Amino acid sequence: MTPGLTPLSTSGPPSARFVDSPETGGYVPPGVQALEQSLIDLIRRTSCDLPQDVRNALLSARSCESNDSLAASVFETIHRNVDLAWSKTRPICQDTGSILFYITAPASFDRAAFKRLAGKCVTAATAKGWLRPNSVDPITGRNDGTNVGPGTPTFYFEDGSEPVVTIKLVLKGGGCENVGAQYSLPDARLGADRNLDGCRKAVLDAVFQAQGKGCSPGVIGICIGGDRATGYEHSKTQFLRRLDDTNPDPTLRAFEEDILRSANELGIGPMGFGGKTTLLAAKACALNRLPASYFVTVSYMCWAFRRQGIVLDQTGHIAHWLY
Amino acid sequence: MNNPKPLQTPLNEERVRELHVGDRVVITGVIFTARDAVHKHLAAGGYLPPEADLRDGVIYHCGPVAVRGDDGRWQIVAAGPTTSCREEPYQAEIIRRFGVRAVIGKGGMGHKTLEALRQHGCVYLHAVGGAAQVLAECVTAVEDVWFLDEFGAPEAMWKLAVADFPAVVTMDANGNSFHELIRMGSQTALARVLHASE
Repeated sequence: MTPGLTPLSTSGPPSARFVDSPETGGYVPPGVQALEQSLIDLIRRTSCDLPQDVRNALLSARSCESNDSLAASVFETIHRNVDLAWSKTRPICQDTGSILFYITAPASFDRAAFKRLAGKCVTAATAKGWLRPNSVDPITGRNDGTNVGPGTPTFYFEDGSEPVVTIKLVLKGGGCENVGAQYSLPDARLGADRNLDGCRKAVLDAVFQAQGKGCSPGVIGICIGGDRATGYEHSKTQFLRRLDDTNPDPTLRAFEEDILRSANELGIGPMGFGGKTTLLAAKACALNRLPASYFVTVSYMCWAFRRQGIVLDQTGHIAHWLY
Repeated sequence: MNNPKPLQTPLNEERVRELHVGDRVVITGVIFTARDAVHKHLAAGGYLPPEADLRDGVIYHCGPVAVRGDDGRWQIVAAGPTTSCREEPYQAEIIRRFGVRAVIGKGGMGHKTLEALRQHGCVYLHAVGGAAQVLAECVTAVEDVWFLDEFGAPEAMWKLAVADFPAVVTMDANGNSFHELIRMGSQTALARVLHASE
């Protein structure tokens, strides 16, 4: 099948089959209900479970802290919390955060219909208590409880080269969102020039300024370059990477390793209680910049690193989980 | 590590002043959630229903996930702390005006709050951020809720009965802040890490 030319009514990805647009005259194609259930399952599992790579990172971090320390007691609470959340199907953290969907699909995928359906699923998951009503009008202060409004949830679409639909979801709490930072180099306060050493100073400053407020031990996503918008966007897409992956770029890989090692020497520790684990991982990417601009952008993800993903089969059901 | 110290609400000044940075505590009794909207409202002199009696009480920086059952009763299904530093502009005044004895949150607070803790006999207690299930397990009943329509469920003031709610004293009534200590230590470590690479 030619990518991007998926026919509407025959076999192929559910991309074009769950269309609930007015043009279909209220007819609900068979894939819609399946996709709806798949999206609700994705939200439920993302909110109530941690992916295996994150669980592994937390377990290995626990073993670095000395017994009887406050840091160790934080990890015990974390592990108990993760087990409880999954066994009770309840949110790991009450702040179910920004709802970020990352969709890769053929060009024929009906994005508008998907957004409507995803919004419906988000509202349904909110009623179930898997999401907190988090969408607040900044002017009136009104929270209508649906979790759907201007800018929420957030969708990032990408055209896939294969006729397959993958949907990834990140739930990012406000506490860690607030400690994200963007630096414009050179930065005189930090003595940070326009080079990797300057980036290092900026990133470590962000980790220092965050202290325990972003719910350490966290993971940081870093974007070197780009503009103010793409810097934050791409620093966040780093959270789609498995924590145990290796950066294919040897320079960025060495940078990530250095940041992780250096941050863990700061002694901030879990919850800012002191200890050896301030970060679980650091993930970096680079985007071309303008001659006039040199941004370094840091997004912080708390230990409650809620990220999942699904690949859909042709009927809109979950073919498999990604993490 | 020593066993946690039990705290029963309402608290009193003497009990609170005995607590020191690093002490682990467990709270039993009643706590009131209050976060950004309620703090701003109260600090500006806003109305607080008399039933929400904060005197010698405990404020919890928390926006819970609350679900209303078919019988109309509320259930708290997730209830970890939110970042406290956003309440720094308001907290000292609220401690003073209402006679609050303990504030539970995460991430610590600043000098103004630390001074209010010392002056009025109050402590800051740190709960584990993100531990929404472990902490929701300690909530035994939802006793009341205010400001639900005005501020929405996460920002409402919930009166919660709790049993053995765990926290650590990180700012005490004697002028000590664990957060300040960690910050200073990490500042020194950061200078060392940056210097080593030059």
